[in-house]
Amino acid sequence: MKKVRVATIWLDGCAGCHMSVLDIDEAILNVARRAEMVYGPLVDAHEFPKQVDVTLVEGGVSSQEDLEKIRTVRQRSRLVVSLGDCAVTGNISAMRNQTPTRKLLERIYVEGADVMRVVPSDGVPALLRHAVPVHEFVKVDLHVPGCPPSAKAIAFVLEELFEGRVPDLRSKVKFG
Amino acid sequence: MADKISVRIDGEYVAAQQGQTILEVARAGGKFIPTLCWLENLSPVGGCRLCIVEVSGVGRLLPACTTPAQDGMSVTTNSEKLTQYRRMALEFLFSERNHQCAVCVSNNHCELQSMAQRLGVTNVRYPYSFPKMRVDASHERYVLDHNRCILCTRCVRVCAEVEGARVWDVSGRGIHSLIVSDMNRPWGDSKTCTSCGKCVEVCPTGALAEKGFGVEEMVKRDRKVRRLAGRRGGHV
Ligand code: SF4
Ligand code: SF4
Ligand code: SF4
Ligand code: FES
Repeated sequence: MKKVRVATIWLDGCAGCHMSVLDIDEAILNVARRAEMVYGPLVDAHEFPKQVDVTLVEGGVSSQEDLEKIRTVRQRSRLVVSLGDCAVTGNISAMRNQTPTRKLLERIYVEGADVMRVVPSDGVPALLRHAVPVHEFVKVDLHVPGCPPSAKAIAFVLEELFEGRVPDLRSKVKFG
Repeated sequence: MADKISVRIDGEYVAAQQGQTILEVARAGGKFIPTLCWLENLSPVGGCRLCIVEVSGVGRLLPACTTPAQDGMSVTTNSEKLTQYRRMALEFLFSERNHQCAVCVSNNHCELQSMAQRLGVTNVRYPYSFPKMRVDASHERYVLDHNRCILCTRCVRVCAEVEGARVWDVSGRGIHSLIVSDMNRPWGDSKTCTSCGKCVEVCPTGALAEKGFGVEEMVKRDRKVRRLAGRRGGHV
């Protein structure tokens, strides 16, 4: 059986959704059997591969870099799955949206710092005005809310996708 | 005794009384119609549109909580179309304010959140507006967080109709509407609030909460308030 090429990507999130993926207990054996992990924080690959079957996206789109990443992901993935509330709704990553980015950075790096009180500019991607859900920039094929989504929901989603079905998540998942 | 009428709900004949709303008749018949702004024994306002139903011969969808049942009426409470509209109504509520369930006092005890789960809303298709909203923490026992308010006006109604204090009102129109206390003064300065807590108990979301509760800790208990409301006998 040909293995399903699965990638995961981490945008503006806390890694909690990735932890929840690792938390699926024995279902992970099924994943190992059915899938080849081709990219993600858990995999040693530098570039996002050309052809991916399923990409799980953690985090909102918050910076210029996130935006470039998610566009690449969309181009190269058959299915894009928003995994967790930050990817689905903006959630925690969007809690900064009420503060203009300049003010926000100054509050953290100048007012909030004791030493090196400057806003970093070298080698850090520019923030977008708002951190937004993934589907506000690219088409998303499946939303799996939760902060983080339960391991049970993730295991169910992966199993259904491996079987070539679109999982029906109604009443199985919730925000928060 | 009120006049008896007969109504068809999802094809079944149900006996009802003149003056009952479609929602009351349907509930008495064991039917579930989703509601958010409606609360038993408070006057219905038809604001949230969750309870919309199809009525034969009527071109538009009608809110079950405010539409009187009529003899011979035929009502559909559930259909693909209704589910679509109900989901849209919920998605608008989420997109209009800032809801981060994971860090909300009402997480896992919230009627908006559980309604979304029940109706299968797994994402919001409309752009979020991310409004800048105030939190009024001036009251010594309670907090009002506008970020979580869905403008259901349960607080307004319970305070006026049950407590008789009339602290709350709605200011502004449309998306600029805001719940305000005592002519838009901080809640803590209110001369009319008796600190009875009824508004907090009936608020379906984390918008009104008791102080000192952390994430997930605010569990509302509206049973007593609903019972008290029922004793007033009829709506004002
Ligand atoms: S009020 Fe309800 S829907 Fe809004 S953030 Fe709190 S738990 Fe979530
Ligand atoms: S605590 Fe009681 S009196 Fe005060 S605003 Fe709420 S319902 Fe009204
Ligand atoms: S504060 Fe609560 S009860 Fe009052 S309108 Fe907002 S959501 Fe409804
Ligand atoms: S419950 Fe009827 S409109 Fe809100």
